[in-house]
Amino acid sequence: MHNTTYHKARNAADAASLLSGAEDGTLLAGGQTLIPTMKARLAAPTDLVDVSGASDMRGIIVSGNRVTIGAATTHAEVAGSSEIRAVCPSICDLAANIGDPAVRNRGTIGGSVANNDPAADYPAAMLALGATIQTNTREIAADEFFTGMFDTALDEGEIITGVSFTAPAKGAYAKFPNPASRYAMCGVFVASGDAGTRVAITGAGSDGVFRATDMEAALNSNFSASALDGLSVDAANMLSDIHGDSAYRANLVKVMAKRAVTGAG
Amino acid sequence: MSSEGIGAPVKRKEDKRFTTGKGKYTDDIRMENQAYAAFVRSPHAHAKVKGINTSVAEAMDGVIAVLNGAELTGDGIGNIICGWAISSKDGSPMNMGAWPAMASETVRYTGDAVAVVVAETKAQARAAAEAVDVDYEELPVAANIEAALASNAPQIHENAPGNVIYDWEIGEKDATDAALAGAAHITEMDITNNRLAPNAMEARAAIATFDESDDHYTLYTTSQNPHVARLVLSAFYAVAPENKLRVIAPDVGGGFGSKIYIYPEEIVCLWASMKTKRSIKWTSDRSEAFLTDAHGRDHITKAKMGFDANGKIVGFKVATKANFGAYMSLFSSAVPTYLYATLLSGTYNIPNIYCEVLAVYSNTNPVDAYRGAGRPEASYVVERMIETAAREMGKDPAELRRENFVREFPHQTPVIMNYDSGDFEGNLNQAMTAADWSGFPARKAEAAARGKMRGIGMACYIEACGIAPSAAVGSLGAGVGLWESAEVRVNPVGTIEVLTGSHSHGQGHETTFAQVVAERFGVPLDSINIVHGDTDKVQFGMGTYGSRSGPVGLSAIVKACDKVEVKVRKIAAHLLECNEDELTIGDSQVKVEGTNKALGWHEVGLAAYTAHNLPADMEPGLKEGAFYDPENFTFPMGCFIAEVEVDPDTGVTEIIKFVASDDFGVIINPMIVEGQVHGGIAQGIGQAMFEEVVYDDNGQQLSGSYMDYTMPRADDLPSFVVEHHNTRCTTNPLGIKGCGEAGAIGTPPAIINAITNAIGDNNLSMPATPSKVWALIQSSGAKIAAE
Ligand SMILES: Cc1cc2nc3c(=O)[nH]c(=O)nc-3n(C[C@H](O)[C@H](O)[C@H](O)COP(=O)(O)OP(=O)(O)OC[C@H]3O[C@@H](n4cnc5c(N)ncnc54)[C@H](O)[C@@H]3O)c2cc1C
Repeated sequence: MHNTTYHKARNAADAASLLSGAEDGTLLAGGQTLIPTMKARLAAPTDLVDVSGASDMRGIIVSGNRVTIGAATTHAEVAGSSEIRAVCPSICDLAANIGDPAVRNRGTIGGSVANNDPAADYPAAMLALGATIQTNTREIAADEFFTGMFDTALDEGEIITGVSFTAPAKGAYAKFPNPASRYAMCGVFVASGDAGTRVAITGAGSDGVFRATDMEAALNSNFSASALDGLSVDAANMLSDIHGDSAYRANLVKVMAKRAVTGAG
Repeated sequence: MSSEGIGAPVKRKEDKRFTTGKGKYTDDIRMENQAYAAFVRSPHAHAKVKGINTSVAEAMDGVIAVLNGAELTGDGIGNIICGWAISSKDGSPMNMGAWPAMASETVRYTGDAVAVVVAETKAQARAAAEAVDVDYEELPVAANIEAALASNAPQIHENAPGNVIYDWEIGEKDATDAALAGAAHITEMDITNNRLAPNAMEARAAIATFDESDDHYTLYTTSQNPHVARLVLSAFYAVAPENKLRVIAPDVGGGFGSKIYIYPEEIVCLWASMKTKRSIKWTSDRSEAFLTDAHGRDHITKAKMGFDANGKIVGFKVATKANFGAYMSLFSSAVPTYLYATLLSGTYNIPNIYCEVLAVYSNTNPVDAYRGAGRPEASYVVERMIETAAREMGKDPAELRRENFVREFPHQTPVIMNYDSGDFEGNLNQAMTAADWSGFPARKAEAAARGKMRGIGMACYIEACGIAPSAAVGSLGAGVGLWESAEVRVNPVGTIEVLTGSHSHGQGHETTFAQVVAERFGVPLDSINIVHGDTDKVQFGMGTYGSRSGPVGLSAIVKACDKVEVKVRKIAAHLLECNEDELTIGDSQVKVEGTNKALGWHEVGLAAYTAHNLPADMEPGLKEGAFYDPENFTFPMGCFIAEVEVDPDTGVTEIIKFVASDDFGVIINPMIVEGQVHGGIAQGIGQAMFEEVVYDDNGQQLSGSYMDYTMPRADDLPSFVVEHHNTRCTTNPLGIKGCGEAGAIGTPPAIINAITNAIGDNNLSMPATPSKVWALIQSSGAKIAAE
């Protein structure tokens, strides 16, 4: 790891000013993506601005079926939140299956969403739940937020402060873990509520997380796994790597979507 | 059996320090005045080195020196060698290309070192290594066996035309061809053995110190055989004569073969220590380990097995291509020849065997022995062939094996080996009972009702441990003898130090070796210390690999104990005024049988050292050494059975049950043996279902971290059923066969035979990943639909 200067931000505004004062600064949340990258000498920020303790970026608020999660909330906190579980158990289950205990106790929802790894779990939840990503300057709808692999609508220096969404009447996440990394090789989040059904897929698409609109249409008329039987997934839009080619991933998309629908009940 | 002696499941003495974080590994050693080495490594798999510009790096903070390969060879440091000479069919010697510890002209794999930076801190060394500017001219790359053998392949070493190291054979070709020509049934298969990265928990490390005042070197290193390291560092790499070089392998966190070899880094640390007059430390990280540790296996094989009308095997013909990587590592040449082809008779009576092996250079990591070394490759070929043959002939796979088992011992195979003992059918029966083989059809039907494909498969492996005897291996080309040495020192107070040339890096020698001596002299386990891993303490040793520590290392200890006992009897008979044969040794005393006349064990020790009253002409002291040269290999064998369930939607395989019935001969500590079997099975499952080093066509590793290299994890594994049906080895004093590699040898074919049974398609290669299994189900489904 190269030398770097560490700063601990008190809150989002403090983080913004520390960041703007740095030569080549980067936000640090749980560090579960950033620190390994730095240790591999692939990133060398001059300054790290730690938001893991930023007071206005932490905590969980559930009011009715509206859920707000501070960006610096860890995966373990989401997994263990009885308030969230009461209205939206699917996102708790998703968080409980990210990485290992060390990763879950450090890694944050804000870091995961900001990073938009094509194999990360949370982006599928955000997209399927139609979540709003709150930043220190604005609110961004999930549909506009995820703009491609490792790419988001965030501006330079913009800080995610939290995410919020309305808990769906039914929802489930079905994940097929990559055998080596156990990130998602294909993860399908299905959410169904008053506004209809949304299906978001991570891990499989060659352009990162995406919505399967044909599946949504099929499920809107018949919310059952068998409604997806007749659909086919185009392998041309799928990732291909040493763990599975695009045909295999296309198959997983359908299999895991059906499992998610079954899981949502 | 005493509570601490042979056969007792004594808890491991060494675990107190390992489980409390008090182990002392190479990286824990700190020298005054130590500096850190970081290597500049080639990012290209094949390139000419046109120039190395070190001026920026040399000016950086903390940099002490930047050294390169030309300086190294200029100082007379020799090239790295392979220590086992194999000749081709035509009698010509193997084509070994030069392997300098740092390349000055050509780099041949990604990770090949071209320079080393020595700096005050590790961070400074790494930063400066990144600043070394190497001018490469890229060359075409051959990243696998086919590419290396292609007509337009790049020439990797000048003296290995067509990238062929040797074209070797064993057995009778004409007789085997004739037998196959007359066979009633022939099974033919193309079989690949996947390439593996060893992944010991502790990555390699070295710390070298040159003491100018004594003109003496000390090297702490992660080695399975410190004496062999000293031997080659001295005799071939000319670092220093043996008396000026001490090599210590302290606690070592796993090896699996990868720490047998002498690597460039240790040589460079020693040399750089002399150049800079500093202690030089280098510790690999995991990324560097993937890039530089010797890999294992990587074979492509064509095999043909012929049967007569009664199902008896009449001939077996095998042609294997073995990938050696960019350079010939220390034992590389022996692995696909004398450790592989000699086991192709398996547990069966096969009258005619012929095998040819083409050894091939490629632009990849060097490949050498990895847990099992050649025997997993053999057992995989034999056990997949017989299983497939049974399916093709519509025979019960267990019956076909029974019909062909070797049943009389000693048994001479057509490929050198002479099996001394065993009851192969006994192990088969034990495993089948434990696996409830006969209940399988019902379980398969039940699984099918749930939409799952259930399969069962077995493997009856045999392997060979304790390569021997030295004269024979010498005649086959080995550069060393494969005996072991030991010294047993009884102290004046009766406590005992046992010095052994074996090295423990997870095997538990501090416990098992002490158990043997405790039982032998009837003294407490706690009064015995095992000393190993230091060339200044132990006179010589060949180290630990090939499951040789039990059959060979312990035999040397027994031999030394024999000599100690002779002297103890003489002293005690003299003091107790009786005949030596009236004495019994046990219960911490030496006693005159049938009387109450006795000496405490410690009193004999004291008498030996005070020397006040010894028999005439006897030397004082109580210390004996022995060298043991085994008369034959030992042959552990066993039957493994796997039962699996495949999800046809995703291709995911779940192992429902795994049963092992092994014949290890006499077992010293059943708990430790069970642990060895568990680890071996897990590694075998890793090879069968998860692990594979993958290179792209440019020779870049696509699987160079745990993000992409799949290690088996606890939740991938069922609870193993481990049983024993042991027959005594007839060729060593304790009757031990060895157990360190068996799990890794027998498991892959059992797993693949189970999965292929589940999906009804024999055409599966390792690792059986979900995507591969799914694709096969799709294509055989398509085949079935088309038929
Ligand atoms: C072994 C291992 C296994 C893992 N397995 C999984 C898995 O199965 N599924 C999965 O989804 N993930 C997995 N991860 C990733 C993990 O979830 C990370 O925690 C997460 O991706 C990043 O969150 P973080 O808080 O650690 O962010 P950091 O690593 O601290 O930061 C990541 C990036 O986000 C930026 N950032 C952080 N916070 C903010 C913010 N509030 N606003 C704007 N930018 C910000 C940082 O500047 C940085 O660029 C795994 C990680 C590891 C190490």
